Amino acid sequence: MADEAFSLPRIPIGDGVDAAVSFLRTELSGFFNAVQTVFGASVEAMEWVLMLPPPLVFAAIAGLIGWRLRSWQFGAFAFVAFSVVDSMNLWDETISTLSLILIATVLAVIISLPVGVLAARNDTVSTLVRPLLDFMQTLPVLVYLIPAVLLLGIGTPGGLAATLIFALPPGVRLTELGIRTVDKEVVEAAEAFGSSRNRTLMRVQMPLALPAIMQGINQIIMLALSMVVVAGFIGAGGLGNEVVRSISRVEVGTGFEAGLAVVILAIFLDRLTSVVGQPERNKSKQDA
Amino acid sequence: MTMIRGEHLYKVFGPQARKAVDLFEQGWTRDEVKEQTGALGAVIDADIDVAEGELFVVMGLSGSGKSTLVRMINRLHDPTSGTVEIDGVNVTELDGKELRDLRAGKVSMVFQRFALFPHMTILDNAAWGLETQQVDKDERYEKARKALSTVGLDGWEANYASELSGGMQQRVGLARALATEADILLMDEPFSALDPLIKRDMQSLLIELQSELRKSIIFITHDLNEAMRLGDRIAVMKDGRIEQTGEPDEILSNPATEYVAEFVRDVDRSRVLTAANAVQDPLVTLSPDTQPRAAMVQMRDHEAPELFVTESDRTLVGAVRDDDVAEAAKRGDRTIRDVLHHDYGQTGEDTPLGHTLLDAARYTLPLAVVDEQGRLVGVIPRVTLLSALANRDVLAEDGDPDANGSGPPDAAELAAQAANDGQPVASDGQAHSRGETTTGETPAEEGAHHG
Repeated sequence: MADEAFSLPRIPIGDGVDAAVSFLRTELSGFFNAVQTVFGASVEAMEWVLMLPPPLVFAAIAGLIGWRLRSWQFGAFAFVAFSVVDSMNLWDETISTLSLILIATVLAVIISLPVGVLAARNDTVSTLVRPLLDFMQTLPVLVYLIPAVLLLGIGTPGGLAATLIFALPPGVRLTELGIRTVDKEVVEAAEAFGSSRNRTLMRVQMPLALPAIMQGINQIIMLALSMVVVAGFIGAGGLGNEVVRSISRVEVGTGFEAGLAVVILAIFLDRLTSVVGQPERNKSKQDA
Repeated sequence: MTMIRGEHLYKVFGPQARKAVDLFEQGWTRDEVKEQTGALGAVIDADIDVAEGELFVVMGLSGSGKSTLVRMINRLHDPTSGTVEIDGVNVTELDGKELRDLRAGKVSMVFQRFALFPHMTILDNAAWGLETQQVDKDERYEKARKALSTVGLDGWEANYASELSGGMQQRVGLARALATEADILLMDEPFSALDPLIKRDMQSLLIELQSELRKSIIFITHDLNEAMRLGDRIAVMKDGRIEQTGEPDEILSNPATEYVAEFVRDVDRSRVLTAANAVQDPLVTLSPDTQPRAAMVQMRDHEAPELFVTESDRTLVGAVRDDDVAEAAKRGDRTIRDVLHHDYGQTGEDTPLGHTLLDAARYTLPLAVVDEQGRLVGVIPRVTLLSALANRDVLAEDGDPDANGSGPPDAAELAAQAANDGQPVASDGQAHSRGETTTGETPAEEGAHHG
């Protein structure tokens, strides 16, 4: 064919990735085994804690938190919503999903805060990190699952790893953005009075970046939730499994119920975290 | 004693900064260097020297490098070249820890847009410089409270900055700077963001505080009137260079460059210049014991229809008019004591010229300037007064010497005349003022006829 002459030789990018993954599997198997254990154990521990209270007590606690942090309407919603989850017989699955999300969020925050701070302080770090984050966020989510399974195996640890990678970027981005957009004169004022870099960071930059950082955490949770369902494909457990099973059996009803439970978790976590990002003072500042 | 000394300070932003400094040293201009290297000379070869207790104003338009200059003092900007010495210590060589100690203890700063910490209470804001020094909580709150009270903010400790007006916010900024008890205050256009009335209040507050605390202050402004009001000395900056450094009236009356002259054109001179700036030697004075006939000779010789009378220690006792003296001579009086009058304006040396306008307009005699003991220091003829306020050259163009509305109706005419005559002398002034207020004829002639 004439077309042959114009086609570029194939560059074996995929082969490279394969080689890299198998290299990691063989050479760093100790490390990945350890990660697998820690991931699995921490999610299980979280699950155990969350399963301690009976469903109705849990729903009441959630209602109380919602009431204290937001409003009594939201508290009432939380109580009813979690009761509905229990009545749909999806309690265990929901708690298992919630545990996975919480652990993924905690890990994502632990990683993204320092990286975001570094990126805010150092332009080189920022330039290096940005394309990496773009890559992590835009690669089709199912593609994460394959290396996650290969490196960490089927089940919760692989699902957690894939969720973590997918949910991390907004945490880093918003931390960097938050710190960078703190009024330069305010930072200068802190330094003009002899503040060290760490003191300026902890006493001035971080508190002022808090709304942005909280927004980042909120985004992490939302992304983790959306990924958790996808992770059902590799048997990460919880509501994801339910959704996958209902799809394969074409059971619209159960699929909807599992989906509804996910939405309830999403609304609860979203409203809760968005309120934490707006302390009283910032509200009054907006009024002024 | 010198508190702050900056020598050959350069700050160049951008690539090839060192090379740019070399080029500047060879006499290249800012534009040439930018063309050649792409680097921007923000401050070029600046020397400053601030004495202990002095309020030193750096004045210039935006982009003149004044903010950069002041930031080199506490090294918020590191100088590209040159040295800064504070109280004998070379600041340019300090390491991180020493520099932080300097900023926390010796030099504090006030910012244009206040730069308060929005998430902290007013008290915590004011205590910030002490917090960085790790002073314990009780002590730092006590000092912060004291500083807040000094600037008149008692009772606002628990509020947040967003709840305060602009003027009050800058008071917090000032309290934050005072709380560390630093000897040196760097004030970067602290009042520029405030309403004119609040601005005046804050200037008065600063003057009042300064009279008590005697800090060494570098005060940045683009407002000439503010500079003139506050500054013990003023440095005028343009395009990164200091054009002139001097006392306010020196800058006004002897602008070193075209630019400075241009800059000071619009200043309200009536508030800046004092009687001492315009005073001249009196033409001649009489003793109260002078015989009337001798007095008449004096007056005729100097073509002066009126003269001041002083004791031998120059204490001003009054003035005499030619016709009264002639009358006394006719009566056979032995001295002129009985014909003394007091129809003249009298003022102290420190009185702003603006305040003397009314007296100058009311009387025919020039304004008498006396010292605290009542001795005659000199006189200010009306023409001299007006031309000092108008800065002569300027007047010829806009002809508006009595913008305050307190000048006499013929002021413009008089001053215009002064502008044409060039340097007026005391006798002219006396003669003119007499002539203008009576008949408007050629004044020198009239004076001569009287004699």
